[in-house]
Amino acid sequence: MSGEDAALRVPASAAETNGTALLEVEHLRVLFPIKQGLLIDRTIGHVHAVDDVSFVLHEGETLGIVGESGCGKTTLIRALVRLTHATAGAIRFRGADITAASQKQLRPVRREMQMVFQDPQASLNPRKRISQILGSPLRLRGVPRAQTEGRARDLLTRVGMYGEHLNRFPHEFSGGQRQRIGIARALAVDPKLILLDEPVSALDVSIQAQVINLLEELQGEFQLSYIFVAHDLSVVRHVSDRIIVMYLGKLMEVSPARELYEKPIHPYTTALLASIPIPDPKENRKRDRPLVGGEPPNPVNPPSGCRFHPRCPRATAICREVEPPLTEYAGGHLAACHHPQNVSAEEIAASRRSAASPLAAGEETPAADPA
Amino acid sequence: MSAGAPLLEVDDLRVSFATEDGLVRAVDGVSFTISPGEVLAIVGESGSGKSVMAMTLMGLTRGPNARIAGRATLGAVELVSASERDLQRIRGASIAMVFQDPMSSLNPVYRIGRQIVEQIRVHDRSVSKQEASARAVELLARVGIPHAERRLQSYPHEFSGGMRQRVMIAMALSCSPRLLIADEPTTALDVTVQAQILEELRVLRQQSDAGIILITHDLAVVADIADRVIVMYAGRVVEHGTLDELFYDPQHPYTWGLLGSITRVDRDTSTMLPAIPGMPPSLLRTPQGCHFRPRCPHAFAKCMDVPELSARAPDAPGHLDRCWLEVEQKRKLRVVGDQIGLASSEPVIS
Repeated sequence: MSGEDAALRVPASAAETNGTALLEVEHLRVLFPIKQGLLIDRTIGHVHAVDDVSFVLHEGETLGIVGESGCGKTTLIRALVRLTHATAGAIRFRGADITAASQKQLRPVRREMQMVFQDPQASLNPRKRISQILGSPLRLRGVPRAQTEGRARDLLTRVGMYGEHLNRFPHEFSGGQRQRIGIARALAVDPKLILLDEPVSALDVSIQAQVINLLEELQGEFQLSYIFVAHDLSVVRHVSDRIIVMYLGKLMEVSPARELYEKPIHPYTTALLASIPIPDPKENRKRDRPLVGGEPPNPVNPPSGCRFHPRCPRATAICREVEPPLTEYAGGHLAACHHPQNVSAEEIAASRRSAASPLAAGEETPAADPA
Repeated sequence: MSAGAPLLEVDDLRVSFATEDGLVRAVDGVSFTISPGEVLAIVGESGSGKSVMAMTLMGLTRGPNARIAGRATLGAVELVSASERDLQRIRGASIAMVFQDPMSSLNPVYRIGRQIVEQIRVHDRSVSKQEASARAVELLARVGIPHAERRLQSYPHEFSGGMRQRVMIAMALSCSPRLLIADEPTTALDVTVQAQILEELRVLRQQSDAGIILITHDLAVVADIADRVIVMYAGRVVEHGTLDELFYDPQHPYTWGLLGSITRVDRDTSTMLPAIPGMPPSLLRTPQGCHFRPRCPHAFAKCMDVPELSARAPDAPGHLDRCWLEVEQKRKLRVVGDQIGLASSEPVIS
């Protein structure tokens, strides 16, 4: 929070300094112990949910995080708001390290960093009226009791609902409306950053579009930054400026949104994109869609080297042995792959190892493939 | 697709449920046919009646509070009036169903093998246990489960979601059904696994000539696999056409709204999606006339009467829709920016 901390900080990666960094994540790991034993709990292994992840979020940016179930995307953002404890690494918000901050120290940070959850039904207290649900964050923020109702009413109308909804209970609303209430609650403390965990995946298509539109409007109006976690790549493309692709707790690719779809470097990204049907029959028939076989392996015993190698069509011996570093290509496009696609020999020659690479990763950046 | 006799003929199917709050008209006069080897997609949002319709075909909605009318003919059998005994013979044998959640459709306390063998032997007592087991191995291998023989001994919880859905498909195929009803078969799955399951369905339809009714809310999945599409809204069919008709010449404003609401992975979509305002109506109190009227920016006086589901474009006699607007008018109104969508109007949120 404090200004002098920010001044002392060295940015994580030189190429990522365009724009002010709002949130910096360095070598973050979240491991969940697996315990066994009757009297004495022995830890017999770990679930590698988030395994050495580094990235920077800039002010006003929407960062999308995509990946299949179990890739650690939800654990990652829960760790960012400190709902889950990080095992190692650092999280800095406006330059201040919040990785080990106490609940009291976190309070001002939480005011700026809010979360919207996937299931709007489960994230609203069923016994509280909407006025109470929106009122408590307002009062925490210091809004006098006499003004809370008016402010709550404003918030509700801002997210496209009516003032008279204040006296109702969550069960009286549809899924889409509940998600709007969840967004209004996040807005109540006037945050700078909202972490959205699959905010539209529980909603019907037409309601999804309404909520996506609402999020876009609010971002402009309140100068918000978003971290938008979803498994749906088409929604993520629509909302994001930059996108992170995760697989089994690791970053596979980080790229400006459009480039990720037009020029995916990592074979896993290609596989994800090819898996998604396009709502356009003619385009669909034209597409060549190599399917990737298998399913994501168990995060308790992740594969050695590159975690995608057992499913990867391009895997070779090095992929089994050496974890690929995050290599930085032109335009701030990062990929962790020994055999990058869609990049020319010159681009590979100009690439360099990113400081965001996992600590255990190899030193060698990819060489131009003879193929 | 094929010109032969239809596999299933549904005529004016109506399903309503008496509840404490009143009569819920879940399915309100649905008619369609499906031919062998054809994939018919039924698209709609939650509450559109698509699942109730499918469950009614299987006789799964019968109950003291349900009122079912209309006809659904599968070969020589009329499903709506068939006795429970006849239905038991049909379920699993002539019509098989794959549900959205494979975990809750498999019995957690029995091994997979036993569940498949049971289904085979219920329908054909002459098959010995050994034969049925061998058949189960074959089926699991066919839907892409590795080490099929060993996997017969596994319990459902030992499989991943994608593998469980494959087991469900294997069970559905066990009696070579003529019709497969897949209710949101890939919604709970990851995209890479979804692609694999859709591929299985494609292979199945090529190999067996079975008809497939695919119920989904995902238009991208529809574009990937369907031959014909039915769009349902609040219990009624609002549009019915071939895949290309529906995507390139959609006639009903609700279809435009759906098409405008989806984001695309292969191109940039405009910042503000031309979304549909408001919410679907409660089936207890459906609006008078066209059910979509309160949300439709193009509604006019005539929309207080229910439009017939009929072919309106002279060049496409098989393309049916329920909208009073003139075809030429519609072709102009549906263009929003450079895409198909629903022109914006004041958002209505009740």
